[in-house]
Amino acid sequence: MAYDYEKSIRPGKLPHIWCPGCGHGIAMKGLIRAMDTCELDRTKTALVSGIGCASRLPGYMDACTLHTAHGRAAAFATGVKMANPEMTVICVGGDGDGVAIGGNHFIHACRRNIDMTYVVLNNYIYGMTGGQFSPSTPTGAKASTTPYGNPDPTFDISKLAIGSGATFVARTTAAHPREIDKLITQGIQHKGMAVIEVLDDCPTTYGRRNKFRSVVDMMKELKKNAVPAKAAAKLPAEKLEGKILTGVLFHDTEKPEYCEMYNEVIKKAQGA
Amino acid sequence: MAKKVALLQGNEACAMGAVYAGAKFFGGYPITPSTEVAEVLSIELPKVGGKFIQMEDEIGAMAAVIGASLTGAKSITATSGPGVSLKQELIGYACIAETPCVIINVMRGGPSTGMPTGPGQSDVMQAMWGTHGDHAAIALVPNSCQEIFEETVRAFNLAEKYRMPVQVLFDEIVGHMRERIVFPEPGEIEVIDREAPTDGPDSYKPYDATKGQIPPLASFGSGYKFHVTGLNKADDGFPTTKASLVEAEERRQIAKIKDNVDDILKNEEYMTEDAEVIIWAYGSTSRSARYAVNELREQGIKAGLFRPLTIWPFPEKRTAELAKQCKAIVVAEMNLGQMVYEVDRVSRGECIVVHEGRVDGEPVNPGQIIGKVKEVL
Repeated sequence: MAYDYEKSIRPGKLPHIWCPGCGHGIAMKGLIRAMDTCELDRTKTALVSGIGCASRLPGYMDACTLHTAHGRAAAFATGVKMANPEMTVICVGGDGDGVAIGGNHFIHACRRNIDMTYVVLNNYIYGMTGGQFSPSTPTGAKASTTPYGNPDPTFDISKLAIGSGATFVARTTAAHPREIDKLITQGIQHKGMAVIEVLDDCPTTYGRRNKFRSVVDMMKELKKNAVPAKAAAKLPAEKLEGKILTGVLFHDTEKPEYCEMYNEVIKKAQGA
Repeated sequence: MAKKVALLQGNEACAMGAVYAGAKFFGGYPITPSTEVAEVLSIELPKVGGKFIQMEDEIGAMAAVIGASLTGAKSITATSGPGVSLKQELIGYACIAETPCVIINVMRGGPSTGMPTGPGQSDVMQAMWGTHGDHAAIALVPNSCQEIFEETVRAFNLAEKYRMPVQVLFDEIVGHMRERIVFPEPGEIEVIDREAPTDGPDSYKPYDATKGQIPPLASFGSGYKFHVTGLNKADDGFPTTKASLVEAEERRQIAKIKDNVDDILKNEEYMTEDAEVIIWAYGSTSRSARYAVNELREQGIKAGLFRPLTIWPFPEKRTAELAKQCKAIVVAEMNLGQMVYEVDRVSRGECIVVHEGRVDGEPVNPGQIIGKVKEVL
C-alpha cells in the first residue's frame, strides 16, 4: 500500500517551490515517515527553519511551523524549546543558512546539547538566490560567484556538529531515502542535540554549472561516494579518499541535555 | 502593611519590573551598561519557574526571545546600542509576525562601540527607524528607578495587548543610578496578559483582521497548529505576494498603533499652563530640565516642562498644541539632535524650536538648558 504522506501535508500548500530533480522533496518524505514512526503529536511539534529553498519545507507540513530569518533557525528553536520543553523541536535548513550566516547559532545549539533535531539539507549551494557558493561547496567547483572555481576550503558539517558538542550526528544522502527516515527517527528519539546531514542535489544551480548532465548523474555521484561509517572502519585510508561517510557518525548518551540542566538551576533557585 | 522598599539601580528595577509583569523568559548577551538586567533576571526568573538563557550573540538572543514568546511566555531581552543595531532585523520580524516581546536598551553614546560606560540618548530615532521596511513602533523612556520598574510593566502590557515588540530606552545615568523603590503589591499595577483566540484550532487564523485590529495569537504547544513567517503573508499566516493582501496587512499593522495612540501615549507636564518657553526633554535629561524650569521661574521666566514617557508613537498632538501656545521649545537631549526633528516637524513653524544637547559622556545640565532658554527668548 502506498504510504499516506498527504495527512502530514497542509491542505492546499502544494505544489512546493522546489525545482524538478531537487532532493529536498525526498528529504521531506523521509522527515514525514520519521515523524510518523515517532508518532509525534503535530500540535506539540515545532518545525523551525531559516531562509532558503530548504527552509520552505516547514510551511508545507501540518505542525507548529516557524519560518524565521536567514540563519536563525537554531536560535529561535532554542527559545521555543527552553520556554516549552514539551515541544518536539525539529529544525530544517540548508548549508548556507545553517553553517554560514547561522553558523554561530548552529555550533552553540550543539554545544548546549539542547534537545532538538537539526536536519541540514546540504546541496553545496545557495539555491534560492541563484547558485552562489556556500561553506560546503567543494573547492574548485563552479558557482555563480566562483566563475574561476571555488577558492574556499569547505566545512564538513557533520564533523562541525561533533566538534561543537552535538550528541547524535548522522549523515546520509538523497540517494538513500530509507536511511533518511531511519536516521531522523533516531535523531528525534535521541535526548539532546541531533544533527542529521542529508547530502542532496541542486541540479538547477549546482549541477548544470559542474558538468552533471542530469539529476540521475548527481544521484549516482552521491551513491558512489557514500560509504557507511561501519564499512569504512575496515577500509584502508586510500580507499576512502573523496568518499563521504554515512550512517550514525557519533552517538553520546552521557552528556546532559540542556533543558534538564536548566531544571536543576530552577530547583536550586527555588531552594529545593 | 508596610510596602516593600529597596534601594535599587535602574537596571535592577527593570529586571524586577519584568518579574512583576509576569516575564517567563529572558534571552540576552552581555553588554555594558545593561548587564545588570540580565544578572538580576538570571537570579529571579528561575525562582518563578521562568527561563534565563545567555545566548551566543545579540541576534541569537532576539531570536530566542521571539521563539519563546510564540509558546506564550512573556519574553524580554536587554542590551545597549550596538546590541540593538544587531537585533534590528529580528525586531522587524517581531513586528511583521506580530510577536509580543520587550527590548530594553540602556543607552550609551556614540555610533559603533562609542563610549560603553558613558550615557547617551542617541538611539531614540533608531527605536523607530532602525529596522527596515514600513512598521509601527512603541518606545518608552522612563527617567527614574521607580519609573523604570513601572514602565517595564507597561512595556509588557503594551507588547501583549498590541502584539508587537516594545522598546524601553533609558540612558546609562538612570540605568546605573540607585534610588529608593517602592514595590507595588500584586494587582496594584495592571498586568495585561495575551488575549487567547476564541476560534478553535481548525478555524484559527493568526492574522485574521475580522477578529479585530489585533487578532489573537495562539501559542505553540497549546493545541493550535499555525505558520509563522517573516514573509508578507495572508490572514492565515502563509506567504503571499498578492498585492491587495500584502498592503492590507501592512496597513493594519501600522493602523493598530495609529488608531490607539491615546492608549499608548503617556507624558508629564510641569508648569506648562502659562509657559512661554517649553523645555521638551525625556529620560535623565528631563530631571535637569525640571531643575532648570524651577530656576527660570525664580528668575521670572515663564518656563515649563513637557516630558514624554512614550516617544514612539510620537506625542504629536500635544507637542503641536504647546507649539501654538509658547514662543519657543527647547529640546534637550543627550545627543546632537534627534527628537528635535520630530518636535520641529509637528510644530509647523508655530514657535521657535531649538536643540540643546551634548555627547561628551556628561549629562545635559540645568545650566546649559537655562543658557539656551535665555538665548532663544
